[in-house]
Amino acid sequence: MQNRQLLVLITALASIGYGIFTKEPARVMQKAITICLECIGIG
Amino acid sequence: MVKRSFIQWLSALLYNANLPGFISGQLYRGPLKTVCIPGLNCYSCPGALGACPLGSLQSSFTGVVLHFPFYVLGTIMLIGLLLGRLICGWACPFGLVQDLLYKLPTPKIRLRPSLQKLSLLKYLIAVLFLFVLPLSFYYLDGIGVPAFCKYICPAGTLEAALPLALVKIYIRNELGALFSWKLAILIFLCITSTLIYRPFCRFICPLGAIYSIFNRLSVYGVKIDKHKCIGCDSCLHHCPMQCEQVGDRECIHCGECAKVCPTKAISFGKK
Repeated sequence: MQNRQLLVLITALASIGYGIFTKEPARVMQKAITICLECIGIG
Repeated sequence: MVKRSFIQWLSALLYNANLPGFISGQLYRGPLKTVCIPGLNCYSCPGALGACPLGSLQSSFTGVVLHFPFYVLGTIMLIGLLLGRLICGWACPFGLVQDLLYKLPTPKIRLRPSLQKLSLLKYLIAVLFLFVLPLSFYYLDGIGVPAFCKYICPAGTLEAALPLALVKIYIRNELGALFSWKLAILIFLCITSTLIYRPFCRFICPLGAIYSIFNRLSVYGVKIDKHKCIGCDSCLHHCPMQCEQVGDRECIHCGECAKVCPTKAISFGKK
């Protein structure tokens, strides 16, 4: 793997890890399980 | 070699495997909704099992409290690093819709190089509608707006608004001017998709814009064996995305170039 690829990989994994640590997946889920009124052209 | 269309249909089905949702109008509310799927697929689609990466990105700026989207951005980066715009070509439901429309027997238009520069528009849309506008609304009103989802995204109209409006009368009754605008965008893109290959992917899609940044860096995708290449440019002449180079930022790794290469210099794999 090239150095740039390795750098991006480390950054991506660190970012995912930190996001999981701060419970971001729960916030993602909270938005994803309710009808997004903006997405369907109402809100 | 697995057919690309098979993978496209399979991924569209997997992303939207909550089939009872299309009948009941109820969204899937299980744990898979914490996972951002790689392609553009509205999470308000009643069939959607995962979260839309663009919707999730914008939702970080739409709550009462701002959160930097580490998890979502990290996921997009990881997918981009591994596959680049291969996702666009092989695993995006809205990409599939455009491919199907392009098969219709209508005149086909290959754009002049000067018009090809319009492909830069998607980067402007990405910055404006994913970040600037949501944050601007947040600072002006105290609550952000998922601007791309609200004002542009045709996947939301096609996959969420229409199926939900079909089965939920209260949604049908609430549709107004905003829906009409989004429906007009969807219809426009559907019509242009019959004439120009993948207009949404080339000129509008912010997710494609983000993945394109990683395209040359991606681990997997189309690659050229320089020892076999004779520089005939058959690949570029036949490229439906009108790439300037195989594997450049517009390349969706569809493989059409590999089919026409006279020396079989182009293949898929680890780059």
